[in-house]
Amino acid sequence: MNMVIRNGRIIDPANKRDEVGDLFVVDGKIAGDVRNSKPEVIDASGLIVAPGLIDLHVHLREPGFGWKETIETGARAAAAGGFTTIVCMPNTSPVADSPSTIAWIKDRAAEVACVNVLPTGAISKGLMGEELAPIGSLAQAGVVAITDDGRCVQNNELMRRAVEYARMVGVPVFDHCQDYNLVGTGVVHEGYWSTLLGLPGWPSAGEEAIVMRNVLLAELCDHHIHCQHVSAAGSVRILREARARGVKVSGEVCPHHLALTDEAIQNFDTNCKMNPPLRAQEDVAALLEGIADGTISILASDHAPHAKFEKEVEFDAAPFGIVGLETELGLFLDLLVHKNKTISLPRLIEMFTVNPAQLLQIDAGTLSVGQAADVTLIDPDLEWSFDASKSQSMSCNTPFDGWKLKGRAVRTIVRGKTVWANQPV
Amino acid sequence: MTGPSHRLHRHLISIEDLDRDAIERILDRAESFDEVQGREIKKVPALRGRTVVNLFYEASTRTSSSFELAAKRLSADVVSIRSTGSSVEKGESLKDTVQTLSAYDPAAIVIRSPHVGAAQLVAGWTPAAVINAGDGKHEHPTQALLDLYTIRSKKGAIAGLHVVIIGDVLFSRVARSNIFGLLKLGARVTLVGPSTLVPRVFEKLGVTVSHKLDEVLPTADVVNLLRIQHERQRKEYFPGIGEYIRLFGLTKERGKKLKPDCLIMHPGPINRGVEIDSDLADGAQSVILDQVTNGLAIRMAVLYLCGGIATP
Repeated sequence: MNMVIRNGRIIDPANKRDEVGDLFVVDGKIAGDVRNSKPEVIDASGLIVAPGLIDLHVHLREPGFGWKETIETGARAAAAGGFTTIVCMPNTSPVADSPSTIAWIKDRAAEVACVNVLPTGAISKGLMGEELAPIGSLAQAGVVAITDDGRCVQNNELMRRAVEYARMVGVPVFDHCQDYNLVGTGVVHEGYWSTLLGLPGWPSAGEEAIVMRNVLLAELCDHHIHCQHVSAAGSVRILREARARGVKVSGEVCPHHLALTDEAIQNFDTNCKMNPPLRAQEDVAALLEGIADGTISILASDHAPHAKFEKEVEFDAAPFGIVGLETELGLFLDLLVHKNKTISLPRLIEMFTVNPAQLLQIDAGTLSVGQAADVTLIDPDLEWSFDASKSQSMSCNTPFDGWKLKGRAVRTIVRGKTVWANQPV
Repeated sequence: MTGPSHRLHRHLISIEDLDRDAIERILDRAESFDEVQGREIKKVPALRGRTVVNLFYEASTRTSSSFELAAKRLSADVVSIRSTGSSVEKGESLKDTVQTLSAYDPAAIVIRSPHVGAAQLVAGWTPAAVINAGDGKHEHPTQALLDLYTIRSKKGAIAGLHVVIIGDVLFSRVARSNIFGLLKLGARVTLVGPSTLVPRVFEKLGVTVSHKLDEVLPTADVVNLLRIQHERQRKEYFPGIGEYIRLFGLTKERGKKLKPDCLIMHPGPINRGVEIDSDLADGAQSVILDQVTNGLAIRMAVLYLCGGIATP
């Protein structure tokens, strides 16, 4: 099926394009025009026409945790959020530390997922932080990155070997930055609220120490380390200094770390429990600065579904994480473009497309002729409220239920096929 | 603290939630129950025909016995459930346990849990009044109330007094509840202990933090000593008991620095010779056993106000 997306504001940062015009799709690919066929015509007046958005930090929970989320439902939630490509984390059961598990994920995704699903593999066997996973075989099986996300390799020497090895096979290393000794049993940001409530604190230094470690190892090994879900002011400062020197490090920010602070935990709402935790106002300000000056180059959700019964427990006993795919774009548009005017709309699109595509070294994130037609249509001014009970995800563990947001994806197109148009297609 | 009109209070979750009036109302009510303690038949019919469930997920001697006896003296039917370890380890969620027990239509559920926020969660899952008997390191409201009651009955008033809390403040729910209560009633509070257990961040709560016990003791009207649990604590919080005693123990020598009318308090159980000298614990300034007795009156008052039908 061919397609003409008419009269939208085409924002294609990779090609430095920002103009009102028509976008053509022929045989699932971006084309120069659609002569000699009867295309489907989509009116995009008043809308942004962007390359399909990429979220490189998503937990799809399969294999192993199908009561929280499946590849199928997670992909639907992604489509509803405007994402055409998602990168799934390896903390499944079994852990994605073998080529056969990667093959299973890819097969399953090809069968049931309405968006592109790219798997990551583990850094260490079983995410135990003790022995290297077969990183070369994982790369051959098609992982786009290696990470022990949810856990963090504590042994600096092992991490060094992993980074050196990953460089050889050409995959970037993602890291969930958490020093286990400093963090201990911490569940909330160490500060005023942890003191008041008596909850074990998770100090910012527990993240910053590992971000610094990663800067040193990226430099030593001359290979890219991407710091996931950066939450602390000091991490931004460390990354800024390192990137200015040309060290191959990057950082991503999740919407909850901008939308909320640790004040939100005072009623012990386990939907405000995530790892790293919600931090203080100063940290939010530093993250915004880091986004404004380019220190933070990527936005991601850390979509982490958990069933209701798992979250309906005592705060310190509850699992970390919240769902995020469907609220992510609205929250970032609201916080970064509308409210704080931190960045322009094209910059926001860049952080969701070109930047993650470059990090992952995948052929996506642009609207160049010949590219797979992954396209997201966004109404940046649409005011809507999120109803978690109507989520496409299997889980509704979110602190943003009922939030009024401004800006939303109204159509998601994957390889020339509409998979979401205000409802699943 | 608002709820159905027949009750004065709905739940007792934390001292932080209460205002000065609410605290004083509980203390006043406890005073009226104090009289019952002196009777030969120590029983009033206030909760007759009503059920109180004590749900204790942590080992406890004084708090659980105090609540049980308080409920019995109010003529309630009492069910006491003890379980070591958390509900999570046990395999049944707290929510399921609470909903099961709620099927008995109790007037009140008293809950002690190793998890911060447990009492507040329970309050969302049951129609019964919920009384927090200690939630993790967060709060232990009835302990603070009985401490306030003890101070008030010995000193006449709390406003203007200088109360010094010594020891493991970071991990202490007793300390947190006391801090909130004392500040609301107008006392001045100083926390003393090693910087690892009494971090500066506590000053944000409105108290003074000091690491020099000898400088603080002469101006104290009350010293409240917290149990030092070296066995439970990760060792790196302080080097050892010997050094702790040298820096922060209320030794005989240090006891001489106290004003003669300074009260010595301890929530128990005491480590004699560690946080406090054994003779001082039994001495004239000690009100440690008064605290235990007063605990009964306070818990009767709380059960009555939360679980009973108020009569003017």
